[in-house]
Amino acid sequence: MNVNIYYKARKATTTALIHLFLLMMAVICVFPLLWMVFSSLKTPETIFRDLSLIPKSFHFENYYIAWQQGGFGRYFLNSIFYTVSVVVGIIIVSSMAAYAFSRCRFFGRKALFIMFMAAMMVPIPGSFVALYVLLNKIHLRDTPFGYILCMISVGLSTSIFLLKTFFDKMPKELEDAARIDGCSKLGIWWHVALPLAKPALAVVVVFNVLNVWNEYILALIIFDSRKFMPLQVALQTFQGEFVTNYPLLMAGLTITVLPVILVYFLMQKYIVKGVTSGSVLE
Amino acid sequence: MKLKAVLENYVFVLPAVIIFSIFYVIPFIWIFHLGLYNWDGILPTKVFVGLNNFKEIVLQDPAWWQAMMNAGYITLIALTFQNALAFLLAWACDREIRMKNFYRVIFFIPPVLSEIVVGMVWRFIINDIDGANIINRMLTAAGFPNLVHNWLSDPKTALTTVALVHSWKGFGWGFLIFLAGLQTIPRELYEAARVDGANAWQSFKKITVPLMAPVMALVAILTILGSMQVFTLILGLVGGEFAGHTSVPVLRILTSMRVSSRFGYACAQGISFGLILVVISFIQYRFSHKAKQA
Amino acid sequence: MKLSLRLSCLLLLTCGISGFLGCIPKEDSSKVITVWHWMTDRQSAFQELSRRYEATTGIKVNFELYAPSEAYSSKVRAAAQGINLPDIFGILGEKRDFASFINAGHVLDLTPYMDADGKRWGDSFFPKALEVNIFTEGNSYGTKAGVYGVPIDITTIQMVYNKSLFKKLGLDPDNPPSSFNEFIEIGKKIKANNMQGLVSGWTEAWMIDCFAYNYAINIMGEEKVLNTIRGKVSYADPDWVKVFGIFKDMRESGILANGIVTMINKTAEQLFANDKAVFAFNGSWCVNVYKGMNPDLDYAAMLPPKVSDKYPMVIRGGAGSSFMVNARSKNKEETVRFLKWFTDREQQAYFSKATQNIPANKDCLKDIPEILSQFADDMEFAIHPNIWDISEFPAVTESIDKGIQLILIGERSPEQVASEVAKIKEREMAKKNN
Repeated sequence: MNVNIYYKARKATTTALIHLFLLMMAVICVFPLLWMVFSSLKTPETIFRDLSLIPKSFHFENYYIAWQQGGFGRYFLNSIFYTVSVVVGIIIVSSMAAYAFSRCRFFGRKALFIMFMAAMMVPIPGSFVALYVLLNKIHLRDTPFGYILCMISVGLSTSIFLLKTFFDKMPKELEDAARIDGCSKLGIWWHVALPLAKPALAVVVVFNVLNVWNEYILALIIFDSRKFMPLQVALQTFQGEFVTNYPLLMAGLTITVLPVILVYFLMQKYIVKGVTSGSVLE
Repeated sequence: MKLKAVLENYVFVLPAVIIFSIFYVIPFIWIFHLGLYNWDGILPTKVFVGLNNFKEIVLQDPAWWQAMMNAGYITLIALTFQNALAFLLAWACDREIRMKNFYRVIFFIPPVLSEIVVGMVWRFIINDIDGANIINRMLTAAGFPNLVHNWLSDPKTALTTVALVHSWKGFGWGFLIFLAGLQTIPRELYEAARVDGANAWQSFKKITVPLMAPVMALVAILTILGSMQVFTLILGLVGGEFAGHTSVPVLRILTSMRVSSRFGYACAQGISFGLILVVISFIQYRFSHKAKQA
Repeated sequence: MKLSLRLSCLLLLTCGISGFLGCIPKEDSSKVITVWHWMTDRQSAFQELSRRYEATTGIKVNFELYAPSEAYSSKVRAAAQGINLPDIFGILGEKRDFASFINAGHVLDLTPYMDADGKRWGDSFFPKALEVNIFTEGNSYGTKAGVYGVPIDITTIQMVYNKSLFKKLGLDPDNPPSSFNEFIEIGKKIKANNMQGLVSGWTEAWMIDCFAYNYAINIMGEEKVLNTIRGKVSYADPDWVKVFGIFKDMRESGILANGIVTMINKTAEQLFANDKAVFAFNGSWCVNVYKGMNPDLDYAAMLPPKVSDKYPMVIRGGAGSSFMVNARSKNKEETVRFLKWFTDREQQAYFSKATQNIPANKDCLKDIPEILSQFADDMEFAIHPNIWDISEFPAVTESIDKGIQLILIGERSPEQVASEVAKIKEREMAKKNN
């Protein structure tokens, strides 16, 4: 009996400590976001005088003003369009390539893969100028298509790397079964590999959503027509050359952050649940 | 039929290769060749200087190497502190505890915020005269008034503070990937070990670590690549290079491009940076390969 | 078969949509003037003026904003590469970059327009405002002499002080310190009272540069400074050590605010506007900024306190922002006509009032608010490196600014910085002469 109680007590303490640790980390993580949200409810005059977290009066109209002033409607849609296009594009292109690198044997396989890896490791700071000149030459400069292609290229290496690592670990039995059943390679990829790869795909989705959603310098440089601009460029209108309207800026930033949190919220279930449910061990 | 199978393989990689060649390889070659010139980025004429830019980087640019050391320092802190924290939290969340989903969402909020926001907010939290001085106030309240410090404006502590904020922002990724990895380890293995009489530490050493090795390698490489390229965060936290104390390679390249109007030199710096990253990644790959075999 | 068919259809559809979006025909550019700028705070004033112009002439003027200024600069340079510049744009950077743009054929020579009608347009500006856009005969950049840009406002960079904090310290709010020693003495009082002294965006190298050159000219005179840039005087000269020594004295006296080396200018402005700092080193644009954050701020402008009486104290001043005309523009005449209208007295008066800035047109001074006129009055002391026909090597400027930052955080002595800068200057001169 005593041993049982001792064991239970120890387990309870450990659990309590773990919870404390987790809660502390959670507070540290959430605090800056809270600060951002509460700052967005203040006014430009009070934001630096009133240092308390919760403002004395709540100015929810900042969100409406930010939306109007920033012309968010159009730019928000643009950002969504770019993000969805790029993510769909990357998933198809990189998963096909990663599957081939992992499962198929062909001449030049290693060389090509190393090329992609090298690209991941050799960033080109200032590549936006090079891309500008390139897009200009192929007449795709001031077009969404050109921008989307550039962004796909940017995320390609890391996505291929993530997916190949996952495919390598994946058990082959299901694929072999499908092949025996007469499935084409494309069919195996679509019907077997992709569903099993849901967790890795979810990571790839989140990674690329963040990249595309937060991108602004390439868009600013290659787009001349305002109607193509993404959301981040609109945010810059709140950071004046001289005057910054901080509450509006914070409101704008909060609006910008919410969709990404939503995407992550939807994806994170797959990341952790996906594998255990499709396990071959059952 | 054999031909069809072979062609099929190439079709799989074709879209990636095409996009990659056009939008990465071509710009890369352009920038690579520009590293051999002196060019201000505006004039139509360039002056060929061969490897002089690279010579200058190696021999006459102490600021560049200081930037490299700083980035290396930030990366080191990220590899150790940030990833250890991420692993610990992932392990904690892997057990059957309540509010697992809640934590999973909360811990990923820092990576979701853009670097500019993170820099701004943390600067406000840390600084005394242009911020809320929260860290110092907490230290005093906890009974350590002699630890109060100008974390961001003292050159000795500025870089470490930046590294810590960077870790704060980055650990969510490691947490996510580690958690996914931990969840793929079948519970039966732990059960079997417990039945065999192994305690928590032994099952950790014999089951968790070996099975998580590839995931750890993946996180390590992503951490290295991400941390070496940090720069927007530094702009938000300390405004700039702080007389070299918080300079990083990307900031140096942007300075060469915009302030000094030395586009060719900036390209040479970019290429050198890439080369160094490749070397570091290669070393890390070798290291994890050896560890895997152990 | 069905699967790959489905996939290819999806791909084609996406391509089709984005391609369609991209192929929307561009507007007929014959009656539209496009302006690219970075001045977020002035976008509404620009748009109002554009409306007025369209009402009177029927010509549309599109002001397109690309912010922040670093991104704008990159965009302009990329567009220059792709020969895609708009009708009107600005060049942010030094005279050296301006010269490159001209030599690359991107900027229209405005001299004939400025000189027309007995120099009517040229003379409407403050000489100092126009000067930064002029290239003189025999300049070191190899550019053909002439006027290449149009100033749209004037900026001076001076010091301001908080009158109510002065009162608190027991100082006379109408008598700011005029000598450097007086200024430093106040530092002790500020320290004793636990207040913050001078704030400025000194993480930004150019701001330190401004301050340093003001004192350099005050200590050794403009000619010697120019000779140093030309390479005839070394930076290890005792006068330059004196210049660097100024920063050491400021640091030791406590007159500088905490963490001034990590402050961006916006932070400095926010501190001064909220009565948290006694002095600020900032530009005349601050009037608009402070008004937005704290309309009741009680402050006034002052010249930086001088060190020596031998040479005058100068401040950085001249054109705030300038517009250039694209030499390859399809609407050259229309564009120039618009700029003439834009800088005319009536429009400048409106612009100056709407944006709280000093106008470039010299006939509008009576319309500007009180505090701005304090800035404008000091224009006689203004000077700008872009009116000189030579620029310092960027590596040297960087080492000067970084060296001063190191002095400010106590890691270098003035003598050390002077000798380091001198070495880099020698190296750059050797490179140039090879």
